[in-house]
Amino acid sequence: MKERIYKTIFAILAFSSLVFLVGIVIILFKEGLPIFKKVGFFSFLFGRAWYPTHSPPEFGILPLILASAWVTVGAVLVCVPLGVGSALCLHELVSERQRAVLKPVIEILASIPSVVYGFFGMMIVTPFLQKVFHLPTGLCAFNASLVLGVMAVPTVCSLSEDALSFVPKSFREASYAVGADRWQTLTRVVLPAAGSGISTAIILGMSRAIGETMTVLMVAGGAAVIPHSFLEPVRPMTAAIAAEMGEAPMASDHYHALFAIALVLFFITFSFNIMAEFVSRRFRIKLGLSG
Amino acid sequence: MFDPVKIKAQHVDFFYGNQQALKDISMDIDVGRVTAIIGPSGCGKSTFIRLLNRMNDLVAHTVLRGHIYLEGQDIFSPAVDPVEIRRRVGMVFQKPNPFPKSIFENIAYGLEVNGYRDRDVIEERVVMSLKKAALWEEVKERLRDSALKLSGGQQQRLCIARCLAVAPEVLLFDEPCASLDPISTAKIEELILELKKDYTIAIVTHNMQQAARVSDRTAFFLLGELVEMGETQHIFTAPKDKRTEAYITGRFG
Repeated sequence: MKERIYKTIFAILAFSSLVFLVGIVIILFKEGLPIFKKVGFFSFLFGRAWYPTHSPPEFGILPLILASAWVTVGAVLVCVPLGVGSALCLHELVSERQRAVLKPVIEILASIPSVVYGFFGMMIVTPFLQKVFHLPTGLCAFNASLVLGVMAVPTVCSLSEDALSFVPKSFREASYAVGADRWQTLTRVVLPAAGSGISTAIILGMSRAIGETMTVLMVAGGAAVIPHSFLEPVRPMTAAIAAEMGEAPMASDHYHALFAIALVLFFITFSFNIMAEFVSRRFRIKLGLSG
Repeated sequence: MFDPVKIKAQHVDFFYGNQQALKDISMDIDVGRVTAIIGPSGCGKSTFIRLLNRMNDLVAHTVLRGHIYLEGQDIFSPAVDPVEIRRRVGMVFQKPNPFPKSIFENIAYGLEVNGYRDRDVIEERVVMSLKKAALWEEVKERLRDSALKLSGGQQQRLCIARCLAVAPEVLLFDEPCASLDPISTAKIEELILELKKDYTIAIVTHNMQQAARVSDRTAFFLLGELVEMGETQHIFTAPKDKRTEAYITGRFG
């Protein structure tokens, strides 16, 4: 009898996250879909103008999608060399004792609140960019990319290092035993074996970058126009939702449009995560670990 | 003058941290013969064989004293490139460790890292190595398949072929049959007897019958010390040391 009560309690707890997931998805659809009836799916997704408060309003989110894409690609360009590079360093160059200190230190980067990163971007990166590139404003896609890139470093580094350390020692030994040197062993055996694990790390890093809100709201500049250069202000999807939701009247077109943006964003991060899962499963099979 | 000694260990002490794994080991490995190293688990036999191609360089916090000579050259002298030593002294490990690549690429890898570029030469040597390792007939139709699809015994012979491809002078076997079934084990042993014609071989094994079957000379290790070494026949029929006798008659181990 007692056991059954415990079982029920834990089952409820376990399933509650599923309930939340389903609930969120349902609400996203319910509140987001009405805008498609109004403006049409394709003209919403690929419309080039986002003027939600004009009359008549225009609800094309292409500028927002492109802004997110630019910022994310930029962030990847920053976080991949930094994250994978530091993972390689942790794994190959430093002693065990140094790694035991350094890895947690890098992971602490992840525990800094995003508003602090945003603050840092506004106060330090913005004036710097403005000065170096002679810009009217330092709040731009490049700024957001830099800050988001640094934010994603712990994810990429930590997961890449895990992937590297999952490569069985026996692969290395086999490589050394036929007369390969360290560099050959690293580039031709260890990295390929860890490759899909590192890809997973990068995808999850991207997922983190594209979903990040507070930072881009603070440093991306906020202009909802199609970006032509990294040095222009942009308004990524997350920033648009966060900035405008407070002003959009309940159940208005604008309100529904913001939900639809969230829906699009959800699909993007969802597919990133599916991709990551898929790649990491292949990784485990490849290394002969359980699938 | 012909020197029958291929590898010579002189007063080798080896430590993992503070733990002494080898105590004053001096022994010779003769050219063109099979030397077996036997002893109970933890006696230092694997540690010793892994010194012969400097594989223990990869383990942190180790200390070595004494000398190991390969054809008279001290392999631990700072002037020596360990990569070169490992090319001359190949190794087959306890657990088959093919790369997660195709059968062909597994063998070609060793050639490529040693500077072979000509595809025809590489192909020729891959085939030759597979034949030498008695694996060719079983895999010739599927050289592009993943090596991980092979059975354990086939994987181990693939690892032997990978070793042979780079034309080493010495082959080290570190308990090569520890994870194999009796039939695969028999195949590997047969192969070792065949390879002995062209290579100097050292094999670590905890299986005394195996040592008796494949080796010409046997060294018995106990607690990091070399207790006795001699012709295999003598060691197994008339050991000089009481501890050797106790071990080979199965009183411990």
